[in-house]
Amino acid sequence: MKKTLAVVLTMGLALAFVGCGKQAAEVAETATEAASVVEEAATTAESVAEAVAEVAEEAKAEGVMTYAEYAAAELDSEVVVETYVQAKQSWWEDKATFYTQDEDGAYFIYEMACSQEDYDKLVPGTKIKVSGVKSEWSGEVEIVDATFEIEDGNFVATAKDATDLLGKDELIDMQNQLVSFSDMTVEAVSFKNEQPGDDIYLTLSKDGASYEFCLEYYLNGSDEEFYNLVSGLEAGQTVDVEGFLYWYEGANPHITKVTVK
Amino acid sequence: MMMRLKRKFIVGLSCIAVSALALTGCHGAKDSSGFEIPQEFDESQKIELTFWAKNDTNVTQTAIYNKAIEDFEKLYPNITVNMRLYTDYGKIYNDVITNISTGTTPNVCITYPDHIATYLTGNNTVVPLDDLFADEKYGLGGSSLKFDSPTVDEIVPEFLGECVIGENHYALPYMRSTEACYINKTYVEELGYKLPETLTWDFIWEVSEAAMEKKADGTFKINGQNVMIPFIYKSTDNMMITSLKQLGAGYSDSDGNILLFNDDTKEVLKTIAAHTKNGEFSTFKISGYPANFLNAGQCIFAIDSTAGATWMGSNAPLIDIAEEKLVNFETEVMTIPQYDTGHPAMISQGPSVCIFNKKDSQEVLASWLFAQYLLTNDVQIAYSETEGYLPVTRKAQQAPEYQEYLSLAGTDNDVHYDVKIKAAKLLMDNTENTFVTAVFNGSTSVRDAAGQLVENVTKSVKRKKTVDDAFIDQLYEDVKALYHLDQGAGRAGAGGKADLGKLPAPSVVLLTVLVLAWILIGAYALKERLSRKENE
Repeated sequence: MKKTLAVVLTMGLALAFVGCGKQAAEVAETATEAASVVEEAATTAESVAEAVAEVAEEAKAEGVMTYAEYAAAELDSEVVVETYVQAKQSWWEDKATFYTQDEDGAYFIYEMACSQEDYDKLVPGTKIKVSGVKSEWSGEVEIVDATFEIEDGNFVATAKDATDLLGKDELIDMQNQLVSFSDMTVEAVSFKNEQPGDDIYLTLSKDGASYEFCLEYYLNGSDEEFYNLVSGLEAGQTVDVEGFLYWYEGANPHITKVTVK
Repeated sequence: MMMRLKRKFIVGLSCIAVSALALTGCHGAKDSSGFEIPQEFDESQKIELTFWAKNDTNVTQTAIYNKAIEDFEKLYPNITVNMRLYTDYGKIYNDVITNISTGTTPNVCITYPDHIATYLTGNNTVVPLDDLFADEKYGLGGSSLKFDSPTVDEIVPEFLGECVIGENHYALPYMRSTEACYINKTYVEELGYKLPETLTWDFIWEVSEAAMEKKADGTFKINGQNVMIPFIYKSTDNMMITSLKQLGAGYSDSDGNILLFNDDTKEVLKTIAAHTKNGEFSTFKISGYPANFLNAGQCIFAIDSTAGATWMGSNAPLIDIAEEKLVNFETEVMTIPQYDTGHPAMISQGPSVCIFNKKDSQEVLASWLFAQYLLTNDVQIAYSETEGYLPVTRKAQQAPEYQEYLSLAGTDNDVHYDVKIKAAKLLMDNTENTFVTAVFNGSTSVRDAAGQLVENVTKSVKRKKTVDDAFIDQLYEDVKALYHLDQGAGRAGAGGKADLGKLPAPSVVLLTVLVLAWILIGAYALKERLSRKENE
């Protein structure tokens, strides 16, 4: 019996160790196999990627929408456009928001996947090809969940005078474009939190009607001079303003330039 | 037009919060006990306090904070309070995290217990308040206070309980709200329905489906417009969390275990998907503020905080849409829809106040005095009247001036706006039906993940993708990865038990052999004993 017991214990321990050893050996073997599979997959993926890139290059002209096609596209549908960065609003955690425009129209690109490195490369005028989904938030038509690639080309928009369109339905056709409004009268200036350090709301009037404008804090960035200029505007002053025709339950231009007359 | 908080803050800052959490998530929680209450408050010492507060883009709230500070400074002329205002809890959270690392936290801060759980990962950051509560001189209702402070018993116990993290109170409740369903009653009745006593999910879905009927010209029959989203939910985090609570399903537990990714969640998501497909449902992040759609007659059921009541309804004091878009309708305020009307459940939310530790104990005591001052009737009642908030003390709730305020509901569309007062009463009547989720280091990420599931499903259906089991399984994996929930983020800080999987085969063999050996030893001993007996 003693012998039997000793044999069982010894065999048990041996088996357990063998089990461990076997497992380790299996792991090592599996790891080697996996590495080889990964290597093969990487090679295949590389060649597939090359092929896809070639196809994409060929198909690029067909896949890219004109502004008219983009404007006609349904909400929540996939869109691909070529456009030019006009202004950068914000970057955080590899997502960035841009005002972009081409010769025919403008595209607001909300939280597009973008590394800090790429964000730095995207200066006004830079041409980008954007693939994303057309969406609408509180009246603002935008491209969301987008990716992009930088292309050759440059275009910086000049502001289009939209003064005559104020209060008219046609104004929405210029949504997101760089626009200007002249000879406006300052009605009121208020801070988002009743104190400086965030957006500034600016009410301007023309021919007896009032319109809302906004100094968007992040779009303005570190331009302290402009922030102070807008903060200091007084009711009754006449100004020319320039900015991007953002939409929030109606026109709400995000101003970038103010000239006090 | 008074513009509300834009989406960029909310969406962007949730990312900040998540990343900040990821950075801090690997530390263990520490007891912040590095503060001793001074025997006396030194009124000859000049003390400057920083107070980070949050308002709801509501200028009256700013004015009330300013008045509270002014009144407090009159009582304690040696203390100066400098306020910094935020419109978003996420931004406060982010700034606190940043300032913990540089040792420049504010003295007093409006915050959420979820956030405090993360602040506690720093050394001696947030002051535990239990000893301060009980201090005879300066505690709640203390003898040396220069103002009429509530006693511990006068604070609503449910709200005070929400400020416990681990074994200590780390905050005082400041204001409380819940979610309410703001309803276009006119449209509900025009569609041939009568609002039930308790709103149910089935009722909302049924009415929403009916509201999708169109006329020959393509406009919706109910409003004659091109847009109709019958049901819009502001906080999809809350939508999922509350649904699971009502269903008795898993979400998370106090050990920090993440139970969100389960079959009940899947069923909730499938229901949302089915109704989104018909255009019956959307969210704030996808479409915009529920209030704007409700007021334009483009939404029938708008679920938002009771603290957003002043934006809801045709006669709302705060309106964010053009006057010509405003539609006249009767607004009803009801509790959020329920799965089990016999056991209603709704979330308790709203700001709390915490104080941060500093080297100078007099400075910390001054912070405590100011935090406590925010619970006085003057501040509580004035602030609660700015929105559909409820004061957190029984003392304020039962005060004659507050009772009078409630009784004047509907007498004007400003201070006594009926929708706002109904919203506050809704919470008052349902305080015992409120709940909060477990707070642990990482609980903010689980909350964000809950909302992300709803957002992704809604967005995907709108984009004509098929939402089925396979889609949801993949979504679970993606969302876990996005919020680092696949790395045990929730468990790390909470000391929960990890599931280590099945026992390896060699271990099973070894344990079996050991058991077998003991059986043989026993058998051997028995055999020896029996043979000895035989020999005797």
